[in-house]
Amino acid sequence: MLDLYSPGGSLLHRLPPAAKMLAMMLGATLLFINQSLPLTVAATLVILALYPIAQLTLKQAFAQVRPLLIIFMLFFAVQWYFSGLELAAYVVLRLAALILLASLVTLTTKSSDMIDSMTRGLRYLQPLGVNPEKVSLAISLALRFIPVLAQITREVREAQKTRGLERSVIAVAMPLAIRAIKMADEISDAIDSRGYRS
Amino acid sequence: METTAPRGLATKDIVYIALFAALTAALGLMPPIHFAGAALPPISAQSLGVMLAGAVLGSKRGGLALLLFIALVAVGLPLLSGGRGGFQVLMGTSGGFLLAWPLCAYIIGYLMEKDTAAGPAKIGLYVAFGGIVVMYAAGIPWMAFIGKLGLSKSLTIMVAYIPGDLVKVVLATIIARGLRRAYPNL
Repeated sequence: MLDLYSPGGSLLHRLPPAAKMLAMMLGATLLFINQSLPLTVAATLVILALYPIAQLTLKQAFAQVRPLLIIFMLFFAVQWYFSGLELAAYVVLRLAALILLASLVTLTTKSSDMIDSMTRGLRYLQPLGVNPEKVSLAISLALRFIPVLAQITREVREAQKTRGLERSVIAVAMPLAIRAIKMADEISDAIDSRGYRS
Repeated sequence: METTAPRGLATKDIVYIALFAALTAALGLMPPIHFAGAALPPISAQSLGVMLAGAVLGSKRGGLALLLFIALVAVGLPLLSGGRGGFQVLMGTSGGFLLAWPLCAYIIGYLMEKDTAAGPAKIGLYVAFGGIVVMYAAGIPWMAFIGKLGLSKSLTIMVAYIPGDLVKVVLATIIARGLRRAYPNL
């Protein structure tokens, strides 16, 4: 499964995922408590400086912010018009710093490692009725189902094409949903018949 | 749901939860639909997964399906439309909408369970309540907070998305009704 991880062996890559997540949450909270523009500029520069340390390029940093450029411009324009240039710069920069900080965690941590530390963490929720094994089963099933559903969609589209209905959402979605449920029923029977204790 | 084992989740429930989490991800692979030219922003099919999970699976399983989906996004899998994923998306401007998805599915499912005899109009109303009202009620204050915009300005930005969401409500209602008729014991 493709994830957004960028391979490397830096200190940030080697830190345990839980530590990185905690640091990120702390950093995000501080960014929001702080109200001054110069400190936000400094924070952004520090976060950007972490990119080369994590063996990431500034191009990768920019790629994280790029999908939000339009909304940044919109926020900037609205804030500038209503509250002045300084607040506009502060708001947009704070947002950019937040995105860059969180991206740093995503880029330096494998999804599989993150899933492992999450399911380990779920042990502590066991008294509340959470069963980590069931969560693991759900995760692996979901990851397997995504390409299967994409495949079923292609097949249904192909079939509906012969009726000229490949562009009709309902004509594709309905058979897709029914086939998906049928597959799910068969899989759960198969799991149970192999003696999985639920 | 009546069929659910009294204690915990049966294997079937786990498989359904995984299926609807995957369905929401697969809907993100569909290209966004442009239905009003450049007048309105293109709609992503993804929140259709939220509506369907709630309307088909009910409160508990629907909510858990979306919780699973959001967890998979958080760990860095590019499952949101446009191949986005990771904490940065959940913390960004639309984070409130995304984090509300499990709650939206739960509420749609809850309303459906309270009124099992609901006709299409009522189902549509329930789906619209959970999938639009609840989602916006979480997403707009988040956007206002993170962008230091007032609530009214954030609301103005989101008005453009309502027509697209209404299209999804109609689709979700039709599909959920069809599925419930095909599989009465989901």
